[in-house]
Amino acid sequence: MNHFPLRATALAIALSAASLAQAHNAWLLPSSTVFSKADTVSVDAAISNDLFVANHAAMRLDGLQITAPDGSTVKPETEAKLKQRSVFDVAVAQPGTYRIAVINAGAFASWKDKATGQTKRARGTADTIAKEVPADAQDVTISQSSGRVETFVTVGKPSALKPIGQGLELIAAGSPTDLVKGEKATFTLNLDGQPAKDLEVTVTAGNTQYRDKLEEVKIKTDDKGQFSVTWPAAGMYWLDASTKDAKTTVPQAKERRLSYAATLEVMP
Amino acid sequence: MHVRYSLAPLAMSALFAAPAFAAGLAVNIEIPRLNASEYHRPYVATWIERADNTVAGTLAVWYDVRTKTNNPEGEGTKWLKDMRQWWRRGGRELAVPVDGVTGATKPAGKHQLSFTEGTGPMPKLAPGAYKLVVEAAREVGGREVVSIPFQWPPTAAAQPTATGKEELGEIKLELKP
Repeated sequence: MNHFPLRATALAIALSAASLAQAHNAWLLPSSTVFSKADTVSVDAAISNDLFVANHAAMRLDGLQITAPDGSTVKPETEAKLKQRSVFDVAVAQPGTYRIAVINAGAFASWKDKATGQTKRARGTADTIAKEVPADAQDVTISQSSGRVETFVTVGKPSALKPIGQGLELIAAGSPTDLVKGEKATFTLNLDGQPAKDLEVTVTAGNTQYRDKLEEVKIKTDDKGQFSVTWPAAGMYWLDASTKDAKTTVPQAKERRLSYAATLEVMP
Repeated sequence: MHVRYSLAPLAMSALFAAPAFAAGLAVNIEIPRLNASEYHRPYVATWIERADNTVAGTLAVWYDVRTKTNNPEGEGTKWLKDMRQWWRRGGRELAVPVDGVTGATKPAGKHQLSFTEGTGPMPKLAPGAYKLVVEAAREVGGREVVSIPFQWPPTAAAQPTATGKEELGEIKLELKP
């Protein structure tokens, strides 16, 4: 009788080892990405391994930033954090392309407790992280993180998106809501507004729970930070990239971890 | 042909007599009778596409143009984007309703549309290769695109046809030199 739980545990370990590279994706899932008139888009936001299956944790929406085509900030409506996912509505009224993003800027510290020798960890912001670490802590490591998870929604004709110029960001050659099966789409990945050269970008189709292999496509950006994708099938896709550098704004931090993820819809 | 010119005012026919007769085309669209438990008439867009897939002109768009909730654009504008190819290639640039282009959805059967180059929704076309494209999208149903390639200006009268499999029946293009 005891064999089954043991075997299940072994399987779980094997599975988690296999998916370590993709550990816990953060994603947004808009109800639609193309609208022909003013409407409301409902967005799911969650952290999970499976795309886009809310089976792990809801995303914190503290860093939610919605930008209208005219550059103004839009407040979400009916925001809720459920057990498995967060949800919010966005009233999209202006013609053009909306950027819906969750920005995650934080700092992490880890250290050895002087009395017990145990490893302790804390998270905070660039301003508060130093206060989290006790004065007598040993082997202190502080790192800074800058993450962006976003998606795009267009009402009517797409409009150009204003680049952010900070952290990792994706810039589509056309519109990020104009992707069609079988067509080639070209993107640029920027790091602090400069081309992110020779960086690996992963593109994964949604509905990962219905296939045996992840079938993700890995592409390297060229020396202009560019890469292109020919969409094999219609559906929702998750595109992500991450890197690290030493450009920290927290004085004690040696390393800045950067991540980017976008949810893109490809039409049949 | 005779009817058209006998109806036109004398001055007008004199004015347009110089560039010979403008060529034209007619499109016959068959909407199939479908046995569906919940049937809605399809939204249909008909347009002319250049060789590079850009839209030379939208000839007709059939959608729910009723304005019962005081919506001057028509009730169905929310679903115009479901005619995906038309929407992406140029439909989204159009401010509906457009006189002579947009109209109510049509019942099952054959529907004839006639156009003369340079008048109404049909633009003057530079000589070259074109495609007539008809796209149908039905609520709780499917979507289908049927296209017929043609050369402009037509050198002889011709009637190329293409047939849809699901949402569209026979599409007939009549080229009138």
